[in-house]
Amino acid sequence: MYQFNYERPKTLADAEALLGKADDPKILAGGQTLIPTLKQRLAMPSDVIDIGGIKDLDFIRAEGDAIMIGAATRHATVAQSADVKKHNPALAALAGGIGDPAVRHMGTIGGSIANNDPAADYPAACLGLDAKIHTTKRLIEADEFFKGMFETALQDGEIIKEVTFPHPEKAAYMKFRNPASRYAMVGVFVSRGPWGVRVAVTGAGQNGVFRVNDMEEALSKNWSPEAVAGIKVPATGLNSDLHGSAEYRAHLVTVMAKRAVAAAG
Amino acid sequence: MSDAASGEGIGQPVRRKEDYRFITGNGHYTDDINRPRQTFAYFLRSPHAHARIKSIDTSAAEAAPGVVAVFTGKHVANDGIGGLICGWTVTSKDGTPMKVGPHPILALDTVRYVGDHVAMVVAETLADARAAAELIEVDYEALPATVSLSSCQDGKAPQVHAEAPRNTCFEWELGNKAETEAAFAKADRVVKLDLKNNRLIPNAMEPRAAIGEFDKGTGIYTLHTTSQNPHVARLVLSAFVGVAPEHKLRVIAPDVGGGFGSKIFIYAEETACVWAAAKVGRPIKWTADRSEAFLSDAHGRDHLSHAELALDKDGRFLGLRVKTIANLGAYLSTFSAAVPTYLYGTLLSGQYDLPAIHVEVDGVYTHTAPVDAYRGAGRPEATYLIERIVETAARETGIDPAEIRRRNYVKTFPHQTPVIMNYDAGDYAASLDAALDAIDYKGFPARKAEAARRGMLRGIGFSSYIEACGLAPSAAVGSLGAGVGLWESAEVRVNPTGNIEVLTGSHSHGQGHETTFAQLVASRLGVPLANVEIVHGDTDKVQFGMGTYGSRSGAVGMSAIAKALDKIEAKAKKIAAHLMEAAVEDIVFENGVFTVQGTDKSLAWAELSLAAYTAHGFPSADIEPGLKEGAFYDPTNFTFPAGCHICEVEIDPDTGIVKIAKFVAVDDFGTVINPMIVEGQVHGGIAQGIGQALLEHGVYDADSGQLVTGSYMDYCMPRADDLPSFTLGFTKTECPSNPLGMKGCGEAGAIASPPAVINAVTDALGIREIEMPATPARIWEAAQAATSRAAAE
Ligand SMILES: Cc1cc2nc3c(=O)[nH]c(=O)nc-3n(C[C@H](O)[C@H](O)[C@H](O)COP(=O)(O)OP(=O)(O)OC[C@H]3O[C@@H](n4cnc5c(N)ncnc54)[C@H](O)[C@@H]3O)c2cc1C
Repeated sequence: MYQFNYERPKTLADAEALLGKADDPKILAGGQTLIPTLKQRLAMPSDVIDIGGIKDLDFIRAEGDAIMIGAATRHATVAQSADVKKHNPALAALAGGIGDPAVRHMGTIGGSIANNDPAADYPAACLGLDAKIHTTKRLIEADEFFKGMFETALQDGEIIKEVTFPHPEKAAYMKFRNPASRYAMVGVFVSRGPWGVRVAVTGAGQNGVFRVNDMEEALSKNWSPEAVAGIKVPATGLNSDLHGSAEYRAHLVTVMAKRAVAAAG
Repeated sequence: MSDAASGEGIGQPVRRKEDYRFITGNGHYTDDINRPRQTFAYFLRSPHAHARIKSIDTSAAEAAPGVVAVFTGKHVANDGIGGLICGWTVTSKDGTPMKVGPHPILALDTVRYVGDHVAMVVAETLADARAAAELIEVDYEALPATVSLSSCQDGKAPQVHAEAPRNTCFEWELGNKAETEAAFAKADRVVKLDLKNNRLIPNAMEPRAAIGEFDKGTGIYTLHTTSQNPHVARLVLSAFVGVAPEHKLRVIAPDVGGGFGSKIFIYAEETACVWAAAKVGRPIKWTADRSEAFLSDAHGRDHLSHAELALDKDGRFLGLRVKTIANLGAYLSTFSAAVPTYLYGTLLSGQYDLPAIHVEVDGVYTHTAPVDAYRGAGRPEATYLIERIVETAARETGIDPAEIRRRNYVKTFPHQTPVIMNYDAGDYAASLDAALDAIDYKGFPARKAEAARRGMLRGIGFSSYIEACGLAPSAAVGSLGAGVGLWESAEVRVNPTGNIEVLTGSHSHGQGHETTFAQLVASRLGVPLANVEIVHGDTDKVQFGMGTYGSRSGAVGMSAIAKALDKIEAKAKKIAAHLMEAAVEDIVFENGVFTVQGTDKSLAWAELSLAAYTAHGFPSADIEPGLKEGAFYDPTNFTFPAGCHICEVEIDPDTGIVKIAKFVAVDDFGTVINPMIVEGQVHGGIAQGIGQALLEHGVYDADSGQLVTGSYMDYCMPRADDLPSFTLGFTKTECPSNPLGMKGCGEAGAIASPPAVINAVTDALGIREIEMPATPARIWEAAQAATSRAAAE
């Protein structure tokens, strides 16, 4: 690590003020991505603003037809939340399948989506459930939030406060884990709800999470595994690496979508 | 056996004495040790696989905060410090010795792999050292790299060392060539197979670490380090590298967290720490981080082979022909030349009566990290080859895979193979039968059919392995090119109060010697386990030793202890005879008590121990005071653990995911001292073998030579949920060549399991070959190819 100033504000306002003052600040949440990056000297922030001390960011509330999750809520908390399990079991299962216990007890939903790793799980839930991302500056629709590999709509100094997930009627997430990292090699989130049908794919795309319109249309007409069994996403634009070719990933998108629909019932 | 020892002696599943200290965080690993006024080292490593160093400017780094000194290859060379050595000379078939390129401690004018050590920064803190290293300006002229095993010898590939044309270090052969040709000429069938044995990266839990120290007053250097063989490290550092005379160098290998071979070797970083400690006049500490471990620990395996097996019409093996290209990496590591030759070619007979074998091995250089022994070392590669081709032969001849093995097993002992080894004892059919029973072989077709109804492909795979352990008779290895003898030493010190210290030249880095060695002593002397201390890992305490690898600590290290115990017992009886005024011949020693036969006179162990030191009235001509004996044990043969592993897998054809449904291992290790520890060794070995078969792969980019699998993001270590619950069984034929009848168990699992897994995977898919690791992607591709082949037919 390089030297940096460390701050642990107690309120969002203090955090914003600190972010405004610093030369080149970084927000620290669970540190599961940021700390390894710092240790490898791949980043040299002037200030690290730890939002872990802000109580207002750590909550889960079920209100009306949605669940609100504070940005600093840890994956394990989401996985074990009775409210999430009741209204959105697919989301609880997704959170419970991230990394390993240590990661789940440190990593946060805000950190995960702000980081937008193309193989992360939460982006699939956000896009697949038509989530709303509330920041210190505005509300961003999931469709507008994820901009490409490690890129989001967030501006400098903008802090994610909360993610709102409307309750789905049916939903499921199927993840094919990268054998080594256990991130998603292909993860497919399917849902049906007031927004219609959504199919969101993470892990496969070079530019991160994306929706599969053909599958959404087919499922809108016929909600069954068979409806997507014959639909293949093109391999172009998909990741190809040591762990699998683009063709393999394209194939897995279909298999995981089929299995997700079956699991959603 | 006495009450005290009854639950603790040979054959008892005693809990490991050392575990309490490890699991409560009270172990003393090298990184736990801190020395007064210690500084920290950081090594600047090459970002290129191959480059010429045009210049190195260290001035900014030297001026950086906290920096004590910056060293480059020039400083090392100016001090007359030599390069690292390979301790085993392999001779090519044309009679020329292997071609060795220099292996400097810090690079001189060329770097040869990503991670090659270029400069060393010594500073007040690690952060200072790292920060300063970024200020070193190295002007590299990047050069094209040689990565591919299949093309590195084509004459066009960039040269790794000027000394080795066509990147070829040696072209070695073994076996009876003419007989092999004749066997193939008369064969009814020849089975051919091309195989890759994937590169593995060791990943011991504790990364390598060192603290170098120099005492100005005495001129003595001390190196605390993560070594499997501290005495060999001392010998090499003094006699070959020239850091310090042997008597002025102390090497301490304290608690060491895993080795698997990777900590046998004498590496640049540890050497640099001890050398530079004198230059800066302060202790220097270095601990590798995981990324450095990936880049710079010696890797394992990495073979490309073509094999042919000749059979007669009844499926009897007539001959085996093998051509292997073995990757040695960019430099020869301490034992790297021996691994793909004498630890590989010599095991190609497997468990079979194979009258004719001819193997050729080309050892080649590439711009990759050095490759050396890794759990099993050569024997997994041999076993993989033979068990894959035997399985293929079974499929091609239509003979049941268990039957074709049984038909060809060596059945009478001793058995001389055409490739040096003389098998002394074994019963291969016994372990096969036990394994067939344990897995319910007869029920397999029903299980396969049931899996098919669930859309799953089920397959079964066999591996009848043999290994040569108990390394090794010194004369034998000497005649084959070893620079050392492979005996072991022991010293047993009985204290006046009757408790005992055993000094051993073996080194424990996870094997549980503090328990098993103590069990032997408890059994022999009738004392409680708690009264026995096993001392190892310090060249100031233990006179000499060859260390731990090659499953040798039991068969060789404990044999040395047994020999020393014989001497202790003999002397103790002499003292007992004197004290009880009897003839030595009449003294009986049992359960820790000396008695005079036919009388009620007796003397307890503790009484005798005290008497040995009070020594009142000893006839000084006959009995010296004290009770301490040493022994060197040189084995008369290798030992030959063997057994049969059977694996059943289920493959999801939609995803390519393999699940190991059943895994049976039946092993013959001869005498077992502690069955619980042995089972642990087998479990760990199988986990590593399954890792090789399904998960692990050290991959370099074919063009740039960058390590693609440089972290756990891409290098897949086996986790508990990747593994099934193993079913273990044991058969026993005692090893006739050592006093305890032990064969060794440390590597068997890693040797036996990969072919069992791959045979099962290929059986499930109905294909001949799949490359390790058989990842879901590869399996899916193989299944696709098989389906389209079937459609085309
Ligand atoms: C071994 C391992 C395995 C993992 N496996 C998985 C997996 O299977 N699936 C998966 O999805 N993820 C996985 N992860 C990632 C994990 O989910 C982390 O939680 C995630 O990387 C980031 O969350 P964090 O809270 O740790 O954020 P940090 O590391 O603290 O921050 C990450 C980034 O987000 C920014 N940030 C954090 N909070 C906010 C906020 N509220 N507003 C704006 N910006 C913010 C930070 O500035 C930083 O740039 C794994 C991580 C590890 C170490």
